[in-house]
Formats: sequence, C-alpha cells, structure tokens
Amino acid sequence: MTGFASPLEAYLLVAALLFAIGLAGALTRRNAILVLIGIELMLNAANLNFIAFWRYGPHPEALTGMMFAIFSIAVAAAEAAVGLGLVISIYRHAKTTDLDQMNRMKG
Amino acid sequence: MVAAGIVALLKQPQRKASAALAIGSLGISLLLSLAAFAHVVSDWANGIATRETVNFTWIQTGSSTVDLGWVLDPLSAIMLVMVCFVGLLIFIYSTGYMEHDENFTRFFCFLALFAGAMLGVVIANSLLLLFMCWELVGLTSYLLIGFWYHKPSAAAAAKKAFLTTRVGDIFFFLGIVWLFNATGTLLFYNHGSGSMEGLALANLLTQHAALGLTAAGAIALLIFAGAAGKSGQLPLHVWLPDAMEGPTPVSALIHAATMVAAGVYLIARVYPLMSAGALVTSSGEIAGTTTPLIVVTWIGAATAVFAALIAVAQDDIKRILAYSTVSQLGYMMAGLGLGGVAVGMFHLITHAFFKALLFMGAGSVIHGCHEEQDIRKMGGLRPQMRITFYTYAAGMLALCGFPLFFSGFWSKDAILEAAHKSDFIKGPYYLLVFGALLTAFYMIRQVSYVFFGNWRGHGHAHESPRVMTAPLAILAFFAVVLGAIGTPAWPWFHAFLDGHAAAIDLHAFVEADFLKLLLTSGLIVFLGLGLGWALYGNKSPRPEEPDALEKAVPWIWTALRDRLYVDEFYGVTFIAFYAWWARVADWFDRRVWGGVVAWIAWIFGLWAHLNRRIDTHWVDGSFDKACEELSTGGGLLARAQNGRVQIYLRVLAVAVVAFAAILIWSSRP
Repeated sequence: MTGFASPLEAYLLVAALLFAIGLAGALTRRNAILVLIGIELMLNAANLNFIAFWRYGPHPEALTGMMFAIFSIAVAAAEAAVGLGLVISIYRHAKTTDLDQMNRMKG
Repeated sequence: MVAAGIVALLKQPQRKASAALAIGSLGISLLLSLAAFAHVVSDWANGIATRETVNFTWIQTGSSTVDLGWVLDPLSAIMLVMVCFVGLLIFIYSTGYMEHDENFTRFFCFLALFAGAMLGVVIANSLLLLFMCWELVGLTSYLLIGFWYHKPSAAAAAKKAFLTTRVGDIFFFLGIVWLFNATGTLLFYNHGSGSMEGLALANLLTQHAALGLTAAGAIALLIFAGAAGKSGQLPLHVWLPDAMEGPTPVSALIHAATMVAAGVYLIARVYPLMSAGALVTSSGEIAGTTTPLIVVTWIGAATAVFAALIAVAQDDIKRILAYSTVSQLGYMMAGLGLGGVAVGMFHLITHAFFKALLFMGAGSVIHGCHEEQDIRKMGGLRPQMRITFYTYAAGMLALCGFPLFFSGFWSKDAILEAAHKSDFIKGPYYLLVFGALLTAFYMIRQVSYVFFGNWRGHGHAHESPRVMTAPLAILAFFAVVLGAIGTPAWPWFHAFLDGHAAAIDLHAFVEADFLKLLLTSGLIVFLGLGLGWALYGNKSPRPEEPDALEKAVPWIWTALRDRLYVDEFYGVTFIAFYAWWARVADWFDRRVWGGVVAWIAWIFGLWAHLNRRIDTHWVDGSFDKACEELSTGGGLLARAQNGRVQIYLRVLAVAVVAFAAILIWSSRP
C-alpha cells in the first residue's frame, strides 16, 4: 500500500466495501429482516459517498452534500418502515420469514 | 287454343263447361272462317285474286330474319270452312259419344288444342309456322290416340303414330332448312319476295342437287316425305290403322277429315315449288310435269291400291275405314300430282265430309252394339238403326263414287280424268281404276256384314241419341250436295282456287271424253258393288265361319288380312335394328363410358388417400412436434422463474456489473 492520493479515495473505498457487504447480505440471507438490514447498509454506503464527494468536491462550504444525506436517510427510513410492514404481513400469513420458501410466483 | 288452355285447368266434373267452351270457340272460329270465305268469294266474283298476308318478324339475327305470318287466299279459306264445320259437328257428336267416359274434360281439352293447331296449319304463311303447328297437330294426335292410356295397345299405337310421322318430319325439316338456306325466307307469299313466288323459285331451279334434281325438286321431295308420314302414304302408313285405338270421334276428326288431310294441304300449299320448272301453256295451265310430281303421283296411286287390297280382308269396322282413308289419301296425292291443286283439294274436301260421316256412323254402330267392333259379330242393324243406316249408306256410296248423285263420284272422277289425260304418266290411271273397284267391293262387304243379314251379336242393338245422329244427317246432306261445285259443267271449285271465273256450261256433260269416262267409272263401281253383293249379299255368316272370299282364294285372303306383312317387315328390320343398336349403346355407355368414369373416380380416391396420409403424418406430425418442442423449451425456461426474489436480485446485480464492465471497457481508448 503506497497510500491514497487523497482521503477521498479512502472514503470511497470504505463506502464501496460497505456497499458490497450490504449487497451480499441482501442477496444471500434467508431471513427477510436481514435482507432489510442489507438494504439499509447499501443506502448508508451511498450516503457516505455523498458526504465524501461533498467534502472533497468543489464547494465544501455549501450544504449540498448534507441535503443529499438527510434526504437519503429520510427516504431510507420510510422505505424501511414499508419493508418491515410487508415483512410483518408476510409473517402473519406464512408463519415464517424464510425467503427461500416464498416462491409462490414460481412459473 | 285459348279454350284448350282454360279447359286444361278445369277439373273433371265440369263436363258441361269444358264441352261448351270447346264447341263455343270452334263455333266462333266457324263464323270467322265463313266471314273470311265470304270475303274471298266476293273478291273472286269481282275478278280480284285474293292473297292477303300478315307477316311479322319473329327472330332477328344480324341482318337475316325469320318471319312468321298468316295468309288468306282461296285455298286457306276453303280449308278453314271445312275444318271448322266438320270439326264443330264432330265436337257436338262427341258430347254424346263420350258421355259415359270419366275423362270427358280432358278429351275436350285435347280436341280444342287440336282444332287450334290444325287451323294454325291452314292459315300459316310461313313454312316454319306451319311446321310448328304441324308438330302440335302430331302431338295432339298422339294424346288423343292414346286417350285411353291404360290400355297398352292404345299407348303403343300412339307411340307408333308419333314415331312414324316423326320419321317423315325429319325429312320435312331438312327440306325447310335447305329452303331457308337457298332462298333466305320461309314465308310463302311476301309481296314478291316469298319462297313460293317467282324470284325464289327461279333461284331454286338454277341450283342443282344430287341425282339430276334441281334444288327445287330435292326440297319438294323432302317436304313430300313429311306429308307422306302425316298422310299415311305407302312406306309410312303403318300408324293409321293402329290409330283406331282412339275414340271414334278422334278417328273421325283427325284421321279422316283433318290431320291426314294436312299432308295433302301441305303439298297443295307448296305446289308452286313442286311444279317449278314444268312447262306452262299460254292459259296458265301446267302442261308438263316435274320429278316431284311424278313421285307424288306414283306413291299416291300405289298407296291407293295397296291399302284398298288390305281393306278387303279386315274384320274390324274401324280398321276397314282406316285403310280406306289411306287409300283415299293416295287418291288425293295422285290427284295433286296429275291434275294440280284443285283436283286434289276437291277430293280432300268431299272426302272429309263423307269419311267423317262414315266414322261417326261407325261410332254410332259401335255405341249401339255396346262397344263391339268386329263386323262378324254385327248384322241386321238396318231396321234397328235406321238413321244410322241411311246416313252411312249415303257416305258409303259417296266413297265408292256412285255415279252422278254423290260428291265422291265427281271428285274421284276428276282425279281419274286427270290421270287419263296425262300424257306423261300412264300407269297410275289403271292403278286408280283398280282401286275404285276394290273400294266399292270392300265397302259393300262392310255394309252387308253390318247392316244386312241376321243379328249375330250379344244383347240388343239400339239407335244412338239425337246428338249423335243429327251430325250424321248434316254430313250426309253435304256428302251428296258438295258434288255440285265440282262438276265439269260448273267447275266452280277449280275456278275459285285458280282465280278465274267459272261458267255454267251444260255442254260439258256431253263431251265425248267425259261421257266415256263417266261410263267407265260407273261400270267399275257397279262391277265392284255387284261382286260384293254376290259374295256377301244378304247372307249372314257366323263369326266362326271363314269369309266368303276366303273360301275362294285362301292364300290371298290370309296375306291381305295380315296387312301384307308390312308391320312385320318393319319389326324385323328397322325395329330390330333399333333395339340392337339400343343394346349396343347401353353396353357402350355402361362399360366404356362408365369404365372411364369409374377409373377417374378411382384415381381421385387414390389421390385423396395419399393426401390424407401426408396430412396426418407429415403436416400434423411436424406441427405437433414443433409444439412439443416449444412446450419443452417453455418448461425449461420457466425454471428461471422460481419465485424467489433474492435469486432475481442476484441476477440483476450480476447483469449490472457486467454492463458496467462492458461500458467502461468499451469507452477506454
């Protein structure tokens, strides 16, 4: 490791790592709630990317990045609520949260 | 003809209506024809030769037309009156004769149709219109002969009549076609351009057909063939005696007075054609003769004798009269050939009256003897059927040509005179004289069998009702009186037809030639009558005994009774050939044509099977296979849809990464 050209690259690397972990989790976990957690992770990684680019971009003093991040967090929260509501409803119907068993749309 | 149509629609029980319609319409026709006749006579008296025509175009093909029309001249006027008058009397007679028949209405329908057609033949100005009415007359003859169609002999006789006249009609039609081809018109008289008028005839004479005949001669012979069929001349006479199967009024009307006379009338109509080319003297009389006329004369004379011979040995009362008719028609034809239109037509008119009288008298006898027709089973009817006897005697004497008082004498004498005077053909005279002898002989035989001697039949004979005997009386009157218009002393008939004036000249009676002829023919008649009386006289042979003549010359008798085997000859030759040909045609039809059709059908069947095979295995099979594959493929593809969201997302993620990679790598320099 020769070091990064700027701290931006480090932040981006971290964000990418987070995103990858989140994606892996969303795509491979059996439990529906863990999939939601994965999605949240992905969103947060995206947030981190926003902040990084804001901090090391052309206009660090403006509030651009902060607005992006706050919006993103709000949307993520709403979406998590909806997702949880769906999971609860599915659980009530199927008595399980195992996603591998949700294959009623199988053709 | 309208009456015929209406009567055809009437039902059977309405007998009075049908008879009234038929008689009424014929009565009106009689009045009209009398009016026309009067018109023609008055014209003639004023020295004008009448020939009024009404022509119209019937078919038009390009520039040539086929015209039809009607003509009124002395010839047609006289025939009109005769046909209407005799027809009317016979219609009235039929109401009595057919009273017990259940098909009364149908009878009058056919009678009315016949009268219409016959009148059509008489007034036709076009050979085509004449032919059409001619065929219609033949049809009604068929219908009327076979009126009692449930009798197989009647049906066979009707068929025979129709077919025999048809043979003649084929030649007739050929003549018509040839004439039309040669002259371009079938009208008789058309103000100078008709086929019987000068221009056309001159044209025809210059064209030549086979055997040295001119076109005129050949056409005339073809037309005569048609007349020979209809009028029962020698080879085609076989239908007339069998036609006696029809009811007696039919025999009287059709086969004595009118239809068979149509043939003679036809020859009279086309006489200018027949005599075209003959030498003409300054006074307009035809002095020479032409081939067609020679043929007509010889056939006529031969028929006269042939039929008279057969009549001698017949036992059916109507058959004797039928052969007598054939014989007299031969006389008429000979008269036409030898002496021209007037001579032949005069005999036709007088014959119509006395032959209709004889037939109706025979009908009265048959009616009175309860439908018995064999003269050997009759006899001694004179006291019981007086009126019938006297009228029948009048008719019989007229037929024999009893001198001076009866019309038949004058008309037959005219023929004999023409035969005698002819410088060109001698034979017919002797044949006709012999025929006169035979006529007297067989008539006296018939009369003595029927009216003299003892009653040999069953039951009791009775006289006929007034409605039947009245016409008999009227006809008898005319049979006597009509002679007056044809005597040499006052040749009204001859002059009327030829269009020149007639003068009463009693000196004609004492001319040497005339007296000689009168004596000769009178002698012949008395000889015949005497011979017959001697053999048959008042004797009354029982039916089982052989005839007196038969006892004398048995082999001649048998030959004559069997009608000189003409029918048998035809049966062996023509009819047998025709039956054989029909069998050949049938075999051919079934085997050859049928075989071809069956073979074609078999090929089609094969083709159909092949098609079905292909269809089932290839087409259907391939289609089914394709569908199966699709199904399988679909099944395979459907595995990708497993309903698990995470799998979908995985695919999505992989795809996005792949796309991004491709994009990045493709945009690198």
